[in-house]
Amino acid sequence: MTELPILSIILLIPIIGILILMFIKSDNENSISNIKQTALWISFLNFVVSLFILFSFDQDNPNFQFQESHFWLNNIISYDLGVDGISLLFIILTTFLVPICILASFKSITFSIKEYLISFLALEVFMIGVFVSMDIVLFYLFFEGGLIPMFLIIGIWGGERRVYSTFKFFLYTLAGSVFMLLAIIFMYWETGTTSIPQLMQYNFNYDAQILLWLAFFASFVVKIPMWPFHTWLPDAHVEAPTAGSVILAGILLKLAGYGFIRFSITMFPDASLYFAPMIFTLSIIAIIFTSLIALVQKDMKKLIAYSSVAHMGFVTLGIFTFTLQGIEGAIIQMISHGIVSAALFLCVGVIYDRIHSREIDRYGGLVSRMPIYSFSFMIFILASLGLPGTSGFVGEFLVLLSLFSINTYFALFATTGVVLAATYSLLLFRKVIFGKLIKDDLKDMLDLSRREIIIFIPLIILTLFIGIYPKPVMNIIEPASQQTVDLINEKLKR
Amino acid sequence: MSILTVVIPEFFLFISSTFLLMAGLFIKKKNIINTLSIAALVMTAVLISFQNLSLGFNNSFVNDEFSKIFKILLLMGSISALLMFSSSRKNLNIDIYEFSILVCLSSIGMMVMVSSNDLLAMFIGLELQSLSLYVLAALNRNSLQSSEAGIKYFILGALSSGLLLFGISYIYGFTGNTNFNLISATYDKESLGLLIGIVFVCSGLAFKVSAVPFHMWTPDVYQGAPTPVTGFFALAPKVAALALLGRFLFTSFGDSAHEWQQIIIFLSIASMLFASFAAIAQNNIKRLMAYSSIGHVGYALIGIACFTEEGIQALVIYLIIYLFMNISVFSFILFMKRKGEYFENISDLSGLYKHNPFYAIIISLIMFSLAGIPPLAGFFGKFYIFMAAIKNEMFLLSLVGILASVISAFYYLRIIKVIYFDEPTDKFDGYNSKSLNFLFFSSSSFVIFFLIYPRPIVEISNFASKTFF
Repeated sequence: MTELPILSIILLIPIIGILILMFIKSDNENSISNIKQTALWISFLNFVVSLFILFSFDQDNPNFQFQESHFWLNNIISYDLGVDGISLLFIILTTFLVPICILASFKSITFSIKEYLISFLALEVFMIGVFVSMDIVLFYLFFEGGLIPMFLIIGIWGGERRVYSTFKFFLYTLAGSVFMLLAIIFMYWETGTTSIPQLMQYNFNYDAQILLWLAFFASFVVKIPMWPFHTWLPDAHVEAPTAGSVILAGILLKLAGYGFIRFSITMFPDASLYFAPMIFTLSIIAIIFTSLIALVQKDMKKLIAYSSVAHMGFVTLGIFTFTLQGIEGAIIQMISHGIVSAALFLCVGVIYDRIHSREIDRYGGLVSRMPIYSFSFMIFILASLGLPGTSGFVGEFLVLLSLFSINTYFALFATTGVVLAATYSLLLFRKVIFGKLIKDDLKDMLDLSRREIIIFIPLIILTLFIGIYPKPVMNIIEPASQQTVDLINEKLKR
Repeated sequence: MSILTVVIPEFFLFISSTFLLMAGLFIKKKNIINTLSIAALVMTAVLISFQNLSLGFNNSFVNDEFSKIFKILLLMGSISALLMFSSSRKNLNIDIYEFSILVCLSSIGMMVMVSSNDLLAMFIGLELQSLSLYVLAALNRNSLQSSEAGIKYFILGALSSGLLLFGISYIYGFTGNTNFNLISATYDKESLGLLIGIVFVCSGLAFKVSAVPFHMWTPDVYQGAPTPVTGFFALAPKVAALALLGRFLFTSFGDSAHEWQQIIIFLSIASMLFASFAAIAQNNIKRLMAYSSIGHVGYALIGIACFTEEGIQALVIYLIIYLFMNISVFSFILFMKRKGEYFENISDLSGLYKHNPFYAIIISLIMFSLAGIPPLAGFFGKFYIFMAAIKNEMFLLSLVGILASVISAFYYLRIIKVIYFDEPTDKFDGYNSKSLNFLFFSSSSFVIFFLIYPRPIVEISNFASKTFF
């Protein structure tokens, strides 16, 4: 391995970026463009560095790599970093999406762009921090800290009902997470450690597991979000600026899925087994119920937001099957959803920048004016409904496969979700892209600009690449997932 | 002479403040008195840090690690109040040099409180502190609100002193002792009369720390008193009274902890819940800070309720962080003036973000910190408090505490909402007062960068927590 503290470096680069941005004045056109360029290059640099982690990552090793450990709060809670196959891809996803978000915000954010970009880079630090921390208190710190920049992003640069949405988002997620804090403290006194690898080896007794599981669940169920705790998500998505929605759907929701894999099922396997039917039921309700709600949405962002809830339902289904396929499927589903829903929000952002409306009825017949846009939109819609050959398919397929091996009825209901997903996605596509171009202002719409094409190309490539040839991705996930599954089975046998 | 070595810092501060009181009559430039008072307080803090651990005056006065740290903390509060005063005395109509003297005198009272190991020493310290504070609250003679605050504080404070004395007399009656150690050695655990005594003393002290249900004076006094005085109220007396409460309960009634723990737990739960709901409806930022301080006292009381080493450690960490957060909020409130006049409504903050984004983001981060959001210092305060509570298996208490912190997040967020999301109003005058800027930036950088190097604070708290266990 390398001697360089590379994980600290990817946490530090955005912080340095923030410091640089703070000292650039933002009073004229020129300096604003400087600010944008600086932020973009800083985040791109971070992406390149994270690619370096990807390529020097030892795929056969299921343990944490690139470990760093420093003394921090007291003798036990330390600054411990490390990545394994489960967290690595989320880090790449984060560093990949942030430059895209920054690029996508160049035109749509009209005021205080400096503060906006600072918030974004801060958010990036917190999100990467969640995935790299190997200390549970550090994890909580990053998990919660991300609320601050997101609160500001929605609240300052959001739409009309932004204050309501951002308060709802903040208080809802805070109320969920504080239980996790109590659980973390309890685990600390119980085990005498806060290091995640050590906690994974520890066996909690059954009663403690149930309570701890519920406390972690309270936090993750709100964040992921699962029905019936999902109501903050559509509000937050609708009011957030485009890039805010992208990060929200692309990464913030994944924090909870990652948490489920890392904490709930590995640390409390008995409780997870006990609660698995409840998770299945809630997920299936989420899949069917939110898909039906998505069908009747008039607002494009709301539709995609509800579809996110449905997609995350597949993730929780996969995780709680405790099988290798299930967990791999869940991770791939999360990565895929991170790319695809992010891209869909960007698609909405593109036409919103032009017409300033998100209503589906406001559009129609865009295909004749915007062929490139329609093509990219189509790819993401198809990936979202899980067409074979796109990334959406791999995850859903693996999840359903593992679910069939556990329980046929659950799988049956879950599969209907796939059909419903096709219905609402295609409906959205038909209404916006096809049909006759009647409305006058739509007739002058311009197709994607060069900047927007640059944004979409990597997303399209990744969607298709994971769909057609998922093996490299699977290779990274597999050893760590296998080890997780083995650990769970070993603990359950006891 | 040897007996005085125990009280060198107190004695020094007493001599210098009486000297300054006389000197003030002859010196025309009033700011000199203030500066000299600050110097005297700093000198006192230095003397404290060099003091040996000792007992004196028939064991009624004690210097240990616990008292050292709390004394230095409360002196920091007093110094901050004087710095706030120096920048605002012209505009607030309180340009009288007695302010500095009164702060020094009440600091002596508080230092005696923190060190007292005897019911009488405790009462003497408490009264010296309180009487100076009553006068401070009414310092602005021309303002109706300020006079009202002074009177209200005096009447309720006198009542609380009465309760306290009543409790003291019960304790003396049932044990025959006033010294904490002797009480602890001789008292009868079954005695009901003693329990009544403990309840009354706790109630009297709860007045001083403004814990619910003895909080009624706090919002009015905070709002009515001139802002530097309010800042002083929020900083020093709380620290001193909590230290006193802790020492009184730990030393004299350590063996029957389960009796008084119930009282403290009740005070704590009531304060946390009440404050988090009551603050939601406030429009005046000083009033809001009053409720906020009630809530924070509720969390600090958890540390006392634990009655463990971790509890004291958490209490010290919490108070240090609380102190810094309040210094920065109150120094910021003093920035809120337009054309020389001070504004105190939360709505006056609107548009701060447009006029001065730098101060806006810092004060917002302080608000997040008060709400206990990581990675800011306020989170670590709460973290240690809950660590102590859960170690002691006080699950209900920690559950209530954590839920109250979510509710209270709402009103802190409301301030941020006004700063960032509301329509702008006029600019504030400017941010050129050196002493305020010093206070604001030093305390906020402590709050914001606490996570990078928390070790010294944790070590200080360890040092203090060794005293009782």
